Amino acid sequence: MAEDKNLERRQRFAARVRSLMLRLLVVWFVVSFGFGILLVEPLNEIRIGGYKLGFWFAQQGSIFIFIALIFAFSSVMTRLERDYVDREKESGK
Amino acid sequence: MSLTVLTYLVVGFTFALYIGIAIATRASSTKDFYVADGGVHPVANGMATAADWMSAASFISMAGLIALSYNGYGGSVFLMGWTGGYVLLALLIAPYLRKYGKYTVPDFIGERYYSDTARVVAVICLILCSVTYVIGQMKGVGVAFSRFLETDYETGLGIGMFIVFFYAVLGGMKGITYTQIAQYVVLITAYTIPAIFISLQLTGNPLPQLGLGSTLAGSDVYLLDKLDMILMDLGFQEYTTTLRGSTLNMMAFTASLMIGTAGLPHVIIRFFTVPSVAAARRSAGWALVFIAILYTTAPAIAAMARLNIVDTMQQSDGQALLIEEKPAWFENWEQTGLLQVEDLNGDGRIEYTADPETNELTKLDNDILVLANPEIAKLPNWVIALVAAGGLAAALSTAAGLLLAISSAISHDLLKSTYMPSISEKAELRASRIAMAVAVLGAGYLGLNPPGFAAGTVALAFGLAASSLFPALLMGIFARRVNREGAVAGMLAGISVTLLYVFQHKGIMFIPGTSFLGGMSPNWFFGIEPNAVGVLGAIVNFVVAFTVSRLFAPPPSEVEELLEFLHEPSSVASQAPLGAAH
Repeated sequence: MAEDKNLERRQRFAARVRSLMLRLLVVWFVVSFGFGILLVEPLNEIRIGGYKLGFWFAQQGSIFIFIALIFAFSSVMTRLERDYVDREKESGK
Repeated sequence: MSLTVLTYLVVGFTFALYIGIAIATRASSTKDFYVADGGVHPVANGMATAADWMSAASFISMAGLIALSYNGYGGSVFLMGWTGGYVLLALLIAPYLRKYGKYTVPDFIGERYYSDTARVVAVICLILCSVTYVIGQMKGVGVAFSRFLETDYETGLGIGMFIVFFYAVLGGMKGITYTQIAQYVVLITAYTIPAIFISLQLTGNPLPQLGLGSTLAGSDVYLLDKLDMILMDLGFQEYTTTLRGSTLNMMAFTASLMIGTAGLPHVIIRFFTVPSVAAARRSAGWALVFIAILYTTAPAIAAMARLNIVDTMQQSDGQALLIEEKPAWFENWEQTGLLQVEDLNGDGRIEYTADPETNELTKLDNDILVLANPEIAKLPNWVIALVAAGGLAAALSTAAGLLLAISSAISHDLLKSTYMPSISEKAELRASRIAMAVAVLGAGYLGLNPPGFAAGTVALAFGLAASSLFPALLMGIFARRVNREGAVAGMLAGISVTLLYVFQHKGIMFIPGTSFLGGMSPNWFFGIEPNAVGVLGAIVNFVVAFTVSRLFAPPPSEVEELLEFLHEPSSVASQAPLGAAH
């Protein structure tokens, strides 16, 4: 019984990590390959100051978002891991 | 004080600093030597990773590549490719390999694929891509010395080798880490100060990242619009929109640089030096912060320096620059051969146009953008001296990281893990120092006598890392069914495709005349240039590995346990399971 619960908890953790990675990688793809390359022409119609938006994503914006993605991953993973350990303690009681 | 004396002082001071750090942080165990005892703070490691990563190419050449060879927007492939790779590294590779907790990349591949063959193939891939990369760095050291310190190339290279030899052999990873932190500070200061000045001069905004999107000082015309306009007037294509090749080529190029970045062993091993898995994840974020300071400044330098150059070439009356009115920096850099003019029509003026028939600025080297930037912006001599020290810091820090990756692959993976398992720790530490010494000498030799392929090397290094190591690592972590036969076949197939594609278009070993399909773009596969082939090699690697794996038995149960261990939450267990240990 305890074994089953353990396995289930582990699988839930793995599923959460997978979906977190997937979501972050979608953003990673969209801001670089999407906004920076595939959609650059329509986005260039929009301007922020002197920057055409597509050009800005390709040379500035994507890099800032990459940083945010890594820190987001780092902090959510820490939370997921802490969650996992807490639950393990609970079920150990 | 003359510029040369000042440069000697600044460079001499930084070198003394590196040596001082090396003496203070000597390695005393193999763990010190390979992974700095696993005790480096994540922010410090992030800074060291940034210096490790940013090479002479990033520091000296990248802004010029973007501005000149890739005409602005096309150069985005480098900016996105060389930073986006860190997302892959931070999410998919670094935390798992840190959790694995050993010293080298082939270590992991050998154990995950339960095969000495896989380990040796990984060592070969690692050495191929690191050696091609290190040659470029040694050349960078020699060139920086000869240009700024007026020594000859050989002397400059010799001094550079001596410095690297000293702190890398003595300090191992520990010495390299702390030296790299100092080198990061030097190189980022040297890169951003001229950029801030030039941005202030042109736009009145001290932040280059904002200046690039601002209006020119004293007018309401945006800097980028002005640049687009005058380049089009000269017959060039629009700066902010011109594609490099095709959309597909830009996608492939960016993807190749990204996965190459995530597969470069000298970067990956930096994440073995932090104390925990959580620290490895955070550290990757910090590394990218420190890298981004340079990488978001580079496009500003690119556009602003290009505008300055074009402005210099046009006089206020709209006529081309008179030869006798050339500014001083122009003549300085003509002497180095990076800049050449030829008055083709004999009118006493230098016409700068896109048409090679009438263009009289016959040579405008990419490197000139960063190197001459302080002079073009009329900055004081100490800034020029600082740029010299920064270029050297970038080249030395990357060279040291690469040399460590090479020497640990030899002493740890070949000797300790494969051919001489009974070697004692003391003997292994000695072997790693000897391997490092040999690697430094070898790199120096190749820097003196660069084989014909020196020019194509960085692209090749990325292609090799992307097509061999990255897929092997990714499948090793996430694909349970991939077995040793699949991994070995995949790596070999990936490398072969990459080498074949690069050589067939650029010549075997880059020897001119041996390229059997020619460098012409009509023969490029779907219009993808040879520099961007890494992603094709990686796809071949994945397909071959999955197919071959189906034909052979699944991995044994120890591998199952290893994967269980890698994927369990990191605070639950910090030691490798018994079955997975050597």
